[in-house]
Amino acid sequence: MRQLQVDVAVIGGGPAGLAAALAARSAGAEKVLILERNTELGGILQQCIHHGFGLHRFKEELTGPEYAQRFMDQVKATDIEVLLETMVLEVTADRKIYAVNTKMGMVEIQAKSIVLAMGCRERTRGALRIPGRRPAGVYSAGTAQRYVNIDGYVPGKRAVILGSGDIGLIMARRFTLEGAKVEAVVEVMPYAAGLTRNVVQCLEDFDIPLHLESTVIAIHGDKRIEAVTIAKVDSSWNPIAGTEQKIACDTLLLSVGLVPENELSSQAGVAIDPVTNGPIVNHWMMTNIPGIFACGNVLHVHDLVDNVSREAEHAGMYAGRFALGTMEEAPRRIKVQAGENIRYVVPHEVSTTEPVEFFLRVQRPEDNVALDVGGLRKIRKQSVRPSEMLDVKLTPEQLQSLEGDTLVMQIVSQKEA
Amino acid sequence: MGRRYKETIPVQVAIVGGGIVGTAVVRELSRYKLDLLLIEAEPEVGWGSTKANSGIVHGGFHEEPGTLKAKYCLPGNQMYPELCRDLDVCFEQNGILMVARTAEEMDTVRTYFRRGTERGVNLRLLSRDEVLAQEPNLDPGIAGALFAPEGGSVMPFELAAALMENAVQNGARYLVNAKVQNAWSEAGKKFLETEEHRIQADYVINAAGLFADDLARMFGDDYFTIHPRKGEEYIFDLSVKDVVKSTIFPVPGPISKGILVIPTAAGNLMMGPTGDNILEKEDLATSQYGFERVFAGAKSLVPSLDPRKIIAQFAGVRAASNRGDFIVELSPNVPGLLHLAGIESPGLTAAPAIAADVPRLLGEAGLELDLKEDFDPRRRPVIRFNLLSREEQDALVKEDPSYGRIICRCETITEGEIVDAVQRGARTLDGIKFRTRAGAGRCQGGFCQPLITEIISRELNIPVTKVTKRGPGSEQVRYKVKELYESEVQA
Repeated sequence: MRQLQVDVAVIGGGPAGLAAALAARSAGAEKVLILERNTELGGILQQCIHHGFGLHRFKEELTGPEYAQRFMDQVKATDIEVLLETMVLEVTADRKIYAVNTKMGMVEIQAKSIVLAMGCRERTRGALRIPGRRPAGVYSAGTAQRYVNIDGYVPGKRAVILGSGDIGLIMARRFTLEGAKVEAVVEVMPYAAGLTRNVVQCLEDFDIPLHLESTVIAIHGDKRIEAVTIAKVDSSWNPIAGTEQKIACDTLLLSVGLVPENELSSQAGVAIDPVTNGPIVNHWMMTNIPGIFACGNVLHVHDLVDNVSREAEHAGMYAGRFALGTMEEAPRRIKVQAGENIRYVVPHEVSTTEPVEFFLRVQRPEDNVALDVGGLRKIRKQSVRPSEMLDVKLTPEQLQSLEGDTLVMQIVSQKEA
Repeated sequence: MGRRYKETIPVQVAIVGGGIVGTAVVRELSRYKLDLLLIEAEPEVGWGSTKANSGIVHGGFHEEPGTLKAKYCLPGNQMYPELCRDLDVCFEQNGILMVARTAEEMDTVRTYFRRGTERGVNLRLLSRDEVLAQEPNLDPGIAGALFAPEGGSVMPFELAAALMENAVQNGARYLVNAKVQNAWSEAGKKFLETEEHRIQADYVINAAGLFADDLARMFGDDYFTIHPRKGEEYIFDLSVKDVVKSTIFPVPGPISKGILVIPTAAGNLMMGPTGDNILEKEDLATSQYGFERVFAGAKSLVPSLDPRKIIAQFAGVRAASNRGDFIVELSPNVPGLLHLAGIESPGLTAAPAIAADVPRLLGEAGLELDLKEDFDPRRRPVIRFNLLSREEQDALVKEDPSYGRIICRCETITEGEIVDAVQRGARTLDGIKFRTRAGAGRCQGGFCQPLITEIISRELNIPVTKVTKRGPGSEQVRYKVKELYESEVQA
C-alpha cells in the first residue's frame, strides 16, 4: 500500500476545499494535498451553470464554473498537489486517511492536519417518506441538474417540484428553458425556502405557480411517474382534507433540503451538532479532534458560495498553522449560544485573541428587528429569513469586553436595540 | 391484425416464474440431465414478492402442525447455511427472538416453544433479564422471549439471482420480459405463449407467485385462488447499527407474524411489515397509515428507533392462497403440471426444501431423472470491495483498476462490481441496486445514478435514454438537451 505524508490534507476539491488549501499554503504549510472524488476540481459548482456567484467576493456575477475556475487557477499556480478521482474511505482520529483511486490503488496518507470539505447531499424521497408507488421519474433537484448540465439529458417534459430550495428554483427555470413545462413548485412552509432573488428570477419571471403551505401527498404511476396529488397543510404539516389536487407530470424533482455529509467525520470521532448536522467547531474551525478542521457545506449548509470561501480560508489558515505547530492555545474560551429566534451559530466556541466571523440562521422570518451579538453589538435588520444566512464579525477587543464565558446571539425588537 | 409468427421452443421442463421458488426449483433440477427453461415476466429474476419482503430465514417454530408450511420451513432453514456458502450469498445467522410483552403473551410463547421443540427446532426460553442482557435496547417492560439461534437473514433478490446464475452454469436457460399470456395443454404437451415466444413443454412448473392462480386457470385448473396481502417495510440508515443483534418478533396475531425489527443481511436495520389484504396484485404503494402502524409496532419492541433515520421504504405483496397454506401438488386435471402456489411467509425459508421435493413430484408424474456427473453447486464468487481489508483492496485495484473507482459513495460500491453485475445479468438500475447495493444507501442514488446509467449504457451498448429503472417504460432520462426546445420551436 502506497504511503504519503503531508502537512495538510484537504478532503474535497469543491469551493471549500479549494479555498482552504490555498489558505493553508499561504499560512506556510509546505505540503498541501487536495483529495477529490470527481474527475475535476470545483465540486458542485461545475453543474451550477447559472450566474449569480461571486457578487460579494469578486463584485461580479459569475457562473458556478467561472467562480470555481478562479480558485482552480490559483491552485494550479501553486505547488498544491491534487489527486482526482480519488475517494476517501476512512479518516482516523490520529489523522490517517485511506483513499483509493484506479492508478495508485489504496493510499495511506498521514497528515499533520486535515480539513474536512466534503460538502452535503440532498434529502431524498425516502427520508421524507412520501407515500405511493416508486416509479421512475423522481429525482432530487441536484441529480436532475447534473443530468441536464453535465450529461446533457432532460429527465422529462412535465415537472412538479417539491420544495422551494435554491436548487429547485434554479431547476424550475432550467427545465423551462429546455422546453419542459414546470406545472408547480410546492412548498410546505408559508414562505419560499430559497433566496428571494431566485423566487423572482426563476419562478415569477416564468409564470411558474408557487403553492405555499402545500405538499405532495401521493405519487402515482407504475413504471414512470404519471401524476402527483398535492394538498394544503395545516400548521403541523398535516394535509387538509378537501384541498387535494392531482397534477399530471412525468417528473418530480425534490428540493427539500441538504444534509452535510459527515459519515467520514463521525468515523474519526468528530462530534456533530444535531441542529446543523455538521461538526462542532471552535474559532479555528477545528473540531473536537485536534488537527481536524471543517468548513463549507460539510460544516453547515450555506446559501452563498462567497461565504463558503471565506469560512474555508479561516479553516485552511488554522489547519496550516496547526501543521506548522504555530497555533497558540487560547487563554480564554467563550461558548456561543443560540438565543431567541436563532436556529444555530457557527463557530460554537471562540477565543478572545482572534477575530471571528459568525455565520448564523434564524428560526422564523421576522421584520424590523435587530441582531443582538452577546450585548457587544446590535445590528438592525429590516428582515430576517431562515433561508438567508446572517454573518457578523467581532474583533478580539470586542470579545475581550464580554463578561462571563457565554455569548448569546438573539433576535430582539428594534426598540431594544 | 395478423397473428404474429412465434418461434416454438421445445423444452422438457418449463418453470413459470423467476421468484425465489422458481429459481430454487430450476437450480435444483439443474442437477439432473434435463432441458430446462425458466420464464420470467419482469426484466430480471427475483422481482416479485421475492424482492419486497422481510428477508427472514425463519426458525421453523411459527407454523401450525400438519401444514405444508411446517413441513418445508424447518428443512429449508437447515439448508440455508450450505446453500448460501455455495452460492456466495450474504446470510446472517443472527437468530430470532420472539418477545412477549405480558405474562399472557409469555404463555403463548411457551406454546410456540413446545411446538418447536417437538418438531426438533433448537429453541431456548429466556427470562426478561436474559433477554435484556442479550438485547439491551429492547423495551425493559417485556416479560420474556423465545430464542431461535438458527433463524437468520438473507437478501432474497440476491439469492434468487444467484440461484438462477448457478442453474445457468449448469445448463439451464431463462427468458426475461416474458409474461405468459396464454397457456394450454394439447396431446400430452403443454404450451406457454408470451409476446415473443411459444414454449412447448413436457412438464410445467407453476411458480408464478401472485399470478399462479391466473396461470392455473389458463390450463383449466380453477380450484385455488391467490389473495394479495401487502406489507410495507421501512429501512434505516447504515449508521443505525448494533440496535438489535437478532430479528425481533412480537407474539403473532391471527393473520401475520406482526411487525418485526430486522437487522438485514445488508447491514441496515429495517422495520415492518404491515399485512393488509388488498384487491390489486400489483398495488405496491406505501402509505402514511402503513408507516404509523409499522413505527408503533417496532417502537413497542425497540423504543429508541428514530424515524428521522429512515432512508427508504417499500411495499411488497404476499401471494397467499385461499387455503391459508402452501399448495405443492400435481394438477389433478393436467398431467405434468405442478403447482407451487400460495408460497407466502415462510416461503423464502421453505423454497429450497420445496425445490428439493420437486424431483420426487415430477418423478411421480413420470419424468425420468438422471443425475449429472458434472453438476457444480458453486457460483463464481462475487467480489464485495467494502468487505475486503485495505491490503486486499489495494491488491485488487492493482489487478483490476476498475475496482479503484468508487461509484456509490454511500455503500462503497466500485465500478468493477457494477460491471460484474451487468455481466451476471443485471439490466436495469434497480437490478444493479439489488445485486450490488449501489444506490441503496442514504443518498438513494442521488450521486451515483447518473454514473451507473452511463456504465449500463456503455456495457450494454444502448443509448442513455434507453437505460431504465426497472424495464421498458421506466427510462430514467427521456430526452437529450435541446431536443424538447427544438421540437417546441418547430411546432
